[in-house]
Amino acid sequence: MQPLLKVDGVTLQYRVGEKLVTATYRVSFDVLKSDRFVLLGPSGCGKSTLLKAVGGYHAPAEGRIVLNGKAVSGPGPDRIFVFQEFDQLLPWKTVTENIVFALTASGKLARVQALERAASYVEKVNLTEFAHAYPHTLSGGMKQRAAIARAMAMEPDILLMDEPFAALDALTRVRMQEELLQLWEDTKFTVLFVTHSIPEAIRVGNRIALLSPHPGQLKAEVNSPTDEARVQELLFGGAHA
Amino acid sequence: MPERPEIFHDIAPRTDVVAQPLSTWQRIYASAAARKAVLLVVLALVWEVYARRLNNPLLFPSFSSTVSALFESLSSGEIPRAAGYTLLLLIKGYSAGLLLAGLLTALAAATRWGSDLLEILTSMFNPLPSIALLPLALIWFGLGDGSIIFVLVHAVVWVVALNTFAGFRAVSPTLRMVGQNYGLSRPGYIARILIPGAFPSILTGLKVGWAFCWRTLIAAELVFGVSSGSGGLGWFIFERKNQLLIPDVFAGLLTVIVFGLLVENLIFGTIERRTVRRWGMQN
Ligand SMILES: Nc1ncnc2c1ncn2[C@@H]1O[C@H](COP(=O)(O)OP(=O)(O)OP(=O)(O)O)[C@@H](O)[C@H]1O
Ligand SMILES: [Mg+2]
Repeated sequence: MQPLLKVDGVTLQYRVGEKLVTATYRVSFDVLKSDRFVLLGPSGCGKSTLLKAVGGYHAPAEGRIVLNGKAVSGPGPDRIFVFQEFDQLLPWKTVTENIVFALTASGKLARVQALERAASYVEKVNLTEFAHAYPHTLSGGMKQRAAIARAMAMEPDILLMDEPFAALDALTRVRMQEELLQLWEDTKFTVLFVTHSIPEAIRVGNRIALLSPHPGQLKAEVNSPTDEARVQELLFGGAHA
Repeated sequence: MPERPEIFHDIAPRTDVVAQPLSTWQRIYASAAARKAVLLVVLALVWEVYARRLNNPLLFPSFSSTVSALFESLSSGEIPRAAGYTLLLLIKGYSAGLLLAGLLTALAAATRWGSDLLEILTSMFNPLPSIALLPLALIWFGLGDGSIIFVLVHAVVWVVALNTFAGFRAVSPTLRMVGQNYGLSRPGYIARILIPGAFPSILTGLKVGWAFCWRTLIAAELVFGVSSGSGGLGWFIFERKNQLLIPDVFAGLLTVIVFGLLVENLIFGTIERRTVRRWGMQN
């Protein structure tokens, strides 16, 4: 099967003053269609940077990122981001209008069809009651649901999620993970999901890439569901590396 | 420690208490307009009582005589004519200033050179009181509206450009990335992400710019009116002072104040309520 996304020997660096800081070093992996591919690693290992590179916000110093056979060269609506931050919704637009904005600004749909699609995705994430609420009147979990609805309504080739549930309380977090899996059952979208929580990686992913601490290097790729202790051992025990 | 039993409550879902309407009193009490109206009445009363005890209409006329002078000048058409003249100048100067500020900010948002230019120009000219440019403007543009519009533009442009650009820069990186993610063009990005994202700051610039503009205009008319006799509110005040019609002077000042309050509360207040407050970007 031809991979949807190919990350091939990617090194990512930041210039900090006079120095080059390496965030990830020669990372390679393939994401297939309908994968729930998780990037798991300790804080600071370059997961967010890697995701931003796939998003086209950060050019690799080395290696290539190829989506659908075309090299990624900048941000675009074929890869939609869901961020960790609650302020990713446009505060001047209601939940529905946020989704309509995404669909029309990208030239994907005309306004009338965009409204229809927005309504159906708002319903999918159980926000119908708040369809016309402004983001500042929503709870954190509801904001993330709205952001997920906006991203999914775009029906992109791949969803890029950077710890979308990290700022939520534990109860809400588990519920959101379950809801995400239900949504996946619906449309079988492809998602690249970043987290530093082992239980979350196991619950959400069907395949997990384990990254070493700073600079991030690929340690292993395992299938999920798997055993927490095994992942722990692979991540922190040096023996299997 | 005594042994305590565990407690379980049978609760029915009470969706009715989740969103309750406010009572009439709560609504009046919460309304800033109601509170301000009460304060205005109190201030007017204090003025009236003080002026009556002072009993010197030439120095400090009472509220009631000011109001009756105001009604006389209103019905004779003098104040409406003067206010209309001032307003027209104000609109001309303010909109020209906004236009120039828009151009400067667009330049600053587009290139590094543009933002450096804006920085240099604002740090040079912003501290300069506009009215100080009037003598120079009179030499350049002569005795006419041109000179006044020139100083008004100066009063508006720097503060609006500065606030707009600072607002652009303060738009969060997340929102910027969201804007880029959906493939907006450069003008689309400015219009649909940067401007609404910077709106609290832009609105502040517009308000402060308006206040500068209004004050500069009245002051300029007071000075400028001396030599030309054009018919604005500032001139009205100046002329009545020369004729020792002090209640009329107060009526003119009151008009200036009322006008300022109206614009601040009706126009800017409405914009604020419909935008940044509704969006939760400002409390
Ligand atoms: N804007 C930046 N400028 C310079 N260095 C950066 C920048 N962003 C990240 N880094 C560096 O790159 C490395 C990887 O950062 P990144 O944010 O990708 O980590 P992460 O794996 O997402 O961590 P976390 O789980 O805490 O979010 C870090 O060591 C950090 O110091
Ligand atoms: Mg991160």
